Amino acid sequence: MTTAESTPDSTALDTTWEIVIGLEVHCELATATKLFCGCANRFGSEANTQVCPVCLGLPGSLPVLNRRAVELAIRIGRSLHCEIRPSTFHRKNYFYPDMPKDYQVSQYDKPINVDGYLELPSGKRIGVERAHIEEDTGKTTHIGGGGRINDADHSLVDYNRAGVPLVEIVSRPDLRGAEEARAYVSELRAILVASGASDGRMEEGSLRVDANISVRPAGTTAFGTRCEVKNLNSLRSLGRAIDHEAERQIALLEGGGRVVQETRHWNEGEGRTSSMRSKEEAYDYRYFSEPDLVPLEPDEAFIAEATAGMALMPAARRRRLSALISGDGDAPLPTSAVEQVATLVDLGLDDLVVAAVGLGADSRLALARGANEAAQSAEEARHLDAAVFAELLGLEATGKLSSTQSKTVLAELLERGGEPEEIARRLGFEALSEDDLGVVLDSVIAANPAEWERYVGGEDKVAQLLTGQVMKATKGRANGKAVAAALAERRG
Amino acid sequence: MSGPTSQGTASDPSSMPETAIEIAARVRAGEVSARSVVEATFARIGAHEAEIHAFTTLTGEQALAAADEVDRKVAAGEDPGPLAGVPIALKDNLCTRGVTTTCSSKILEHWVPPYDATVVRRLARAGAIAVGKTNLDEFAMGSSTESSAFGPTRNPWDLTKVPGGSSGGSAAAVAAGFVPLALGSDTGGSIRQPAALCGVVGVKPTYGVVSRYGLIAFASSLDQIGPFATTVSDAAALLESIGGHDARDSTSLAVAAPRCSEVLGDGVEGLRVGVIGDFLNDASPDCSSAVRAAAEVLAAAGAKVDDVSIPELLHGLSAYYLIAPAEASSNLARYDGVRYGLRVDGPDVETMNARTRAAGFGPEVKRRIMLGTYVLSAGYYDAYYAQAQRVRTLVARAFARAYGQFDVLLAPTTPSVAFDLGAKTSDPLEMYLADLFTIPSNLAGHPAMTVPFALGEGGLPVGVQIFAPALGEREMFRAGVVVEAGADPAASGPVPMGSVDTGAAGGVR
Repeated sequence: MTTAESTPDSTALDTTWEIVIGLEVHCELATATKLFCGCANRFGSEANTQVCPVCLGLPGSLPVLNRRAVELAIRIGRSLHCEIRPSTFHRKNYFYPDMPKDYQVSQYDKPINVDGYLELPSGKRIGVERAHIEEDTGKTTHIGGGGRINDADHSLVDYNRAGVPLVEIVSRPDLRGAEEARAYVSELRAILVASGASDGRMEEGSLRVDANISVRPAGTTAFGTRCEVKNLNSLRSLGRAIDHEAERQIALLEGGGRVVQETRHWNEGEGRTSSMRSKEEAYDYRYFSEPDLVPLEPDEAFIAEATAGMALMPAARRRRLSALISGDGDAPLPTSAVEQVATLVDLGLDDLVVAAVGLGADSRLALARGANEAAQSAEEARHLDAAVFAELLGLEATGKLSSTQSKTVLAELLERGGEPEEIARRLGFEALSEDDLGVVLDSVIAANPAEWERYVGGEDKVAQLLTGQVMKATKGRANGKAVAAALAERRG
Repeated sequence: MSGPTSQGTASDPSSMPETAIEIAARVRAGEVSARSVVEATFARIGAHEAEIHAFTTLTGEQALAAADEVDRKVAAGEDPGPLAGVPIALKDNLCTRGVTTTCSSKILEHWVPPYDATVVRRLARAGAIAVGKTNLDEFAMGSSTESSAFGPTRNPWDLTKVPGGSSGGSAAAVAAGFVPLALGSDTGGSIRQPAALCGVVGVKPTYGVVSRYGLIAFASSLDQIGPFATTVSDAAALLESIGGHDARDSTSLAVAAPRCSEVLGDGVEGLRVGVIGDFLNDASPDCSSAVRAAAEVLAAAGAKVDDVSIPELLHGLSAYYLIAPAEASSNLARYDGVRYGLRVDGPDVETMNARTRAAGFGPEVKRRIMLGTYVLSAGYYDAYYAQAQRVRTLVARAFARAYGQFDVLLAPTTPSVAFDLGAKTSDPLEMYLADLFTIPSNLAGHPAMTVPFALGEGGLPVGVQIFAPALGEREMFRAGVVVEAGADPAASGPVPMGSVDTGAAGGVR
């Protein structure tokens, strides 16, 4: 916040500000062809090689809606718990060189998906106002003058992207701060990938984010004046831009100024936003119903077919795993377990853990080994046979392997594969027999009489030291639980 | 000026041409070569095109090559198609691969499409021979063909008169006997009005019966491609070759082309015909009396004729002049100098866009773009565009009510016969009224046709219009062929061009 000198309004002195964010995420659909023609929907080809009369908007050409794009849009709607409705297409009219028809075909007052939500790993639900279908534009490159439009010698347009199908997902202004916004996009990305709708490659522009940002004094409910920040093409940019824009707005307000509603451009290099156009300069898009397309009225059968075989969404996967861990109890999981669950789902390792538990493995142990150890080699772990994982966990749970040994065997399994028992044998991890352990214990007690006396006298924590000595003597082959049991037995 | 004379042979350039059906039959039978038909066609065009200016582009070489291919098929015993060897003219807003397609606009003056319109492909498959592209009002916006950037087309009946528009070039090409068939597009009457003014048959099919793929859009929800012909049966044959579902046009109906030829002999016994009384007061006496006379012809043939009042239809005009410009303002945005067509350079993109459009579009096109942009603007949309859509619904409902009682409706095609060149160019509203009777069927998406029926003021042809409900083409054609049989033979083209007193008509302004 700021000092009293620069804040004439004394009520603003101790204001804490709440940052309010709504996100518009454009997702390129992973279809084979474009939205309205048969051109390939592929990233990175030579400029203007994936074009035809339709996506170039040549006179006389007409659009024909891609069925697969509609199916994927429906999948997104279903994944975001939206109502999937009959919809229509509109034309959004404005002049721009990379837009072949100088209008964009989009959905306006009747979008295909409305009123859904996204559940963050924290459990908070972020409202999704709509997720509608529209076409992408081409891509303009400014040559000369540092690549900026105002100083460029000339500009080149690549229409390969023109007509690529997009779904624009518009959140409600439910996000509070950069961290939550990043979590939302990260979760949305996972959902889009899981639904098969997108490859999720932000670096290739498959996901592009615009943020509507405003600030208000904490505890108030009225929204502040918002600015829309464009060009946020990575989670890092998103976070930085929100922090910067919120600071800018807070500084303005605390300085006695006002935030002006406008569209601002995020400059990644300079780390700041700059004004693109004010509300007064905003385009009048002159929306009207697209006469070249007919209303889209997917029936129940079409929706069922489109969503058939859809994978579980991340939130559902987290719920499934959490339920498995907590058993029948309703008690919430400890924070550490919640994080482990989220990690496993993020990395796509939850199936492994769920399957291993299904084969009889201890759920807490499976969660720990999965999130802590297997997660280190996630790619390999995704290919690990659940039965093998369950067998390893069984060896550890029954004390045949110590936790240290178990982790070593797991690392070996992930690196080279094989059978847990065979690897354990090869590494000399066969547990000590009860007799051998007794001999070692005798010698440890003999070597540490004072400690033994304290332990017998009731100082339980000394057991730790004695166990350590046993481990040292056996080079880790002893099982901690077995040692503890033997010590307790000797004490009587 | 007289009506059609005896039919000559296709190879004799001085004679009147045969109908499309007759030509196709003779070519298919090997009695005459497609090449000789095409050569005769170009001989007629060569003799009179300078007076008429029906064409923007002639494609003689391609036509001869296509004719040779038809002849080869005939010689080889292959099926050369139902329209084998029939010359046809294409309105210059239909995309033709490799052939300039201008929309009679400077902005597309040198544009060569890389693809064929669906109708162009279907015509080629049917064996028809495209001989050239016909003149039109720029981007089909007009009712006289005077807004063409390349100069007006003249009415073959009287070179001081307009041929109507916007498909004036196609109408004139058929009326002048250059070709037996032509294609036009009809957004608010652009086939029927010039057909009526030139004394030929013109058909606007049900919206969605003919694919719009490759038709350069004026107002997408109203545009429909359709035939010009000298006879109703030729028009039916042409519609059968171009119609039917096309996967490239999402608004194309999932139906086959209406088979109208097979019902032309069915007569009109019991057909319920309504005469739209509301229109008769707004038409000149010659045009309204033609409707009454046509109604009598139908009644005499057994139709049940009665008057019907559908006053809502007259509101169509104002709705049309909001909806069509609105769609046009969006459809014509793409002519921005970036990708194709005219470019007038500037220091930045916006200036280049503006200069290109300022230089490339004529005044009528600019007027409609501005009007359309205005009616779609924030704050005006509801008062204009949305209101116009409500009127459109009203018109459709009014038609539906009438079709509860009638199978087809009868009306004048135009308020008057062909008017003088230049008579209405300074008064756009006066020009817009020329479409008063044709617009309602575009708003409703219904079929309509005009049949030349009588000679009116100045010895100029008068057409009678027949409306039918959606997909009612067969009933419409049944009525049309009966009206045609009862018409004054002197009122229909082709005009024997040799007898036109070009000297007296020389006062072209």
